[in-house]
Amino acid sequence: MSRVGVFVCHCGENIAGTVDVASVAKVALDMPGVVHAVEYKYMCSDPGQTMLKDAVKEKKLDGVVVAACSPRMHEPTFRRTAEEGGINPYQCEMANLREHCSWVHEKAPATTAKAIDLVRLQVEKVKRNHPLKPIRVPITKKALVLGGGIAGIQAALDIANAGNPVLLVEKSPSIGGHMSQLSETFPTLDCSQCILTPRMVEVARHPNITLYTYSELEKLEGFIGNFKATIRKKARKIDEQICNGCGVCQQKCPVKKIPDQFNEGLSNRAAIYVPFPQAVPNKPVIDLENCTFFKSGKCKACEKLCPTKAIRFDQEDQIEVHDVGAVVLATGYKTMPVANFPEYGYGKFQDVIDGMKFERLASASGPTGGAIKRPSDGKQPEHVVFIACAGSRDRAKGVPYCSKICCMYTAKHAMLYQHKVHGGKATVFYMDVRAAGKNYDEFVRRAVEDDGVKYVRGRVSRVYEDNGQLVVKGVDTLLGGEQVEIRADMVVLATAVQAQDGAEELAQTLHVSYDPYKFFAEAHPKLRPVETNTAGIYLAGTCQAPRDIPETVAQASGAAVKVCGLFSQPELTREPIIAVVDRQAPPVFSNCVGCFLCKSACPYQAIEEEPIKNRAGDVMKTVAKVNPGLCQGCGTCVSACRTKAIDLQGFSNEQVFAELMSI
Amino acid sequence: MRVGYYPGCSLSGTGRDFGESMNAVAKALGIELCEIPEWTCCGSSSGHMTNRLVSIALPANVLLKAKKAGFDQVMAPCAACYSRLASAKHEIETSAKTKAEAELVLQTKIEGLPRVLNVVQLLAQVSDTIASKVKQKFDQTVACYYGCLLVRPAKITGFDKTEDPVEMDKLVAAVGGKTVDWNFKTECCGASFSVSKTSVVARLGAKIMKDAVAKKADAVVVACPMCHSNLDLRRRDINQRLEQKTDIPVLFITQVIGMALGLPAKELGLGRHLVRVKFPPKAATQAVP
Repeated sequence: MSRVGVFVCHCGENIAGTVDVASVAKVALDMPGVVHAVEYKYMCSDPGQTMLKDAVKEKKLDGVVVAACSPRMHEPTFRRTAEEGGINPYQCEMANLREHCSWVHEKAPATTAKAIDLVRLQVEKVKRNHPLKPIRVPITKKALVLGGGIAGIQAALDIANAGNPVLLVEKSPSIGGHMSQLSETFPTLDCSQCILTPRMVEVARHPNITLYTYSELEKLEGFIGNFKATIRKKARKIDEQICNGCGVCQQKCPVKKIPDQFNEGLSNRAAIYVPFPQAVPNKPVIDLENCTFFKSGKCKACEKLCPTKAIRFDQEDQIEVHDVGAVVLATGYKTMPVANFPEYGYGKFQDVIDGMKFERLASASGPTGGAIKRPSDGKQPEHVVFIACAGSRDRAKGVPYCSKICCMYTAKHAMLYQHKVHGGKATVFYMDVRAAGKNYDEFVRRAVEDDGVKYVRGRVSRVYEDNGQLVVKGVDTLLGGEQVEIRADMVVLATAVQAQDGAEELAQTLHVSYDPYKFFAEAHPKLRPVETNTAGIYLAGTCQAPRDIPETVAQASGAAVKVCGLFSQPELTREPIIAVVDRQAPPVFSNCVGCFLCKSACPYQAIEEEPIKNRAGDVMKTVAKVNPGLCQGCGTCVSACRTKAIDLQGFSNEQVFAELMSI
Repeated sequence: MRVGYYPGCSLSGTGRDFGESMNAVAKALGIELCEIPEWTCCGSSSGHMTNRLVSIALPANVLLKAKKAGFDQVMAPCAACYSRLASAKHEIETSAKTKAEAELVLQTKIEGLPRVLNVVQLLAQVSDTIASKVKQKFDQTVACYYGCLLVRPAKITGFDKTEDPVEMDKLVAAVGGKTVDWNFKTECCGASFSVSKTSVVARLGAKIMKDAVAKKADAVVVACPMCHSNLDLRRRDINQRLEQKTDIPVLFITQVIGMALGLPAKELGLGRHLVRVKFPPKAATQAVP
């Protein structure tokens, strides 16, 4: 006869606020096989765990049901506690009274009745549990970092510096990301390139980092510690080994009128180009859409004039497959296209620009050499209006969330403008200034008090052109809602930060969950911010949520530590919740008839064919065998098996039927 | 095509020419405008300023009458009537509580209210027919003025770009006219301040007219009797504010289409405007070989 202990958790008010926990424990005590049932405020706390541990010893329990939160949250915690009490950890089960009951129902007797049923199910299950042993699998101690912005660079360097090989994959021709486009950075106004480019060089030179620029992840298979990554190296059409980055090809290319993405279209580039002079690697790439040769089969000017003969028009994409143990996602963000704002006239007015364009105008390496000149006629604007929250915190037309970085960079832009254009006027329209960060509020105050930036609290309803001049029409809500009209020479929109294009597809490829705005979801919003719900895949930077450089770097280092922690173990233990194929003594050998329906049903290619031989070496029967390293315990094969020869450890047919029969 | 017609109050007052041209154009296009039997007031601005339930129940009552008469589409030419009818339908269909309240005061079940259209939406449905019936190309450059209630709020009216609508521009193009890209398409005309504080209308209207003229429009085209009266009836006040006087006419979209369909000026109510309907003489166009 089983000796099961039931432990009902209040979870503070979370469960006890809706469920009558005392009566759950009381009823549980009368369930067949239950010898001990108690309730406690926080089962996961130290006293709670000690209570469980002691009860296992004192009451000689052989099974434990913890009626608390989701097993996703605390199953590992309680299994460890049960083990410390002296029983097999897989003799501990959780009844989810929080997510499955108290959070989704109102306080009512029916809610308590449901809670009791949930406990009863697990009691029936735990009585039929068998001791299981975790599976041990090897770890490939090599990390894959996706995205070569500051997040990816930091994560790659930290992992590599700990002695682990890293593959850094970046889809554009150079690493550096958005940070390489920035002029100065808040709140210190140190130049973005000056602090970033040394890191880029460090990545390129690091013996543990293999850099894949102009490359994309095609496929990721496997599981934590044992991923198989397929990387497509797109053809640059040049031989990177031979090219010395002299730049002659860029100068001689006859196609020169292509908007330069790095300069946000404020200047032009050639069809063969290095994205920016400080690019890593400093090797050009041919833009197939605009190259005359690829369009009409003629030209080849670059090939003729290349001093090292490095041009390869016949180069093809290369596919490489690598074993990796962990993945860091650092794929970054985009900003809301300004065409989303007809009221701000974008698309029509050249001098209504977004923040990134302003960064290029203010950057020493930008198209104007750092002089603030407006795009339409190159004149120095005498009055610039900055509009914060363009699309952010706007449920009607934009996104409901705060983009977090705009208040700070708008203050920075206004400040830079005042520094560069003496006597110029900068006006900022804002909703409220969110400057929470070390030295952040001081920075905004400096813009207002020292540099004389005028802050107007209110929204802008329209930007229009009158006689060739922009007119910004808004409201000053601190002046009793008075309407204001400002004649400006240039308008800068702080457009909302959004998830990168293709983020959803990438998340689906990697089986990573994401939020309604396509930002990748962390495993726990407070306690597991750099992990995803898929083991072995970690997050860094703005692919998870809008954030600034300091936070991104901190998160990237956090993700790197998680990867290094994983790699520091000799091998990985995995949950033994896997399928097993029946085996028994001759002459039956196994219930499996070798139809291999399971093999076609398995989504993880975990089922193999195994010949059973007698002592003479003759094959008696060929049956299915589950590879414990690949099996994810989904149970698809169990339902596909016609002879019931496959069962799922920890979720056997017997257990599930017993659960169902109990209610 | 048979459509439930809700003329509202203004079409027998300031918007008489709107009603006349609406009827003339509908007849020419084969649209049967059937007045909803025993229609009542939509509640107008005073309704929703006074009592929310009144502002929903009154238009709902109109829509119920239209449904009873067998219409699945109701067209209200006045933008304010349209807004009230469409808003009431939206509120009832999106809130069970509002629906229950309206059902209680109207003492009837509310199910399957007819679709509510404004003039632009109705004419857009038959824009191919319009284009095919053009007798005399409307060879003018105009500024289409949408105002506030025709397109807003976006979730009720279903217009794509509330800040930069193009549906009326498309209708003008269908009869051969050109439209200007201007800044005041959806800005406020002052609405009912026309009566209570005319100076507001003069100030706002002045901006609208100034920009239309600056963009070289020969007329402003509207689809709302309120917009029309503010830009036409109050032109003297508007011009007093402007350094440069404006004399371009304000036309209803139905009048523009009517002219292109070759309907007589009298049927279109063109003589009822305070700013005379006239266009600058065209330079002799070359005959197409």
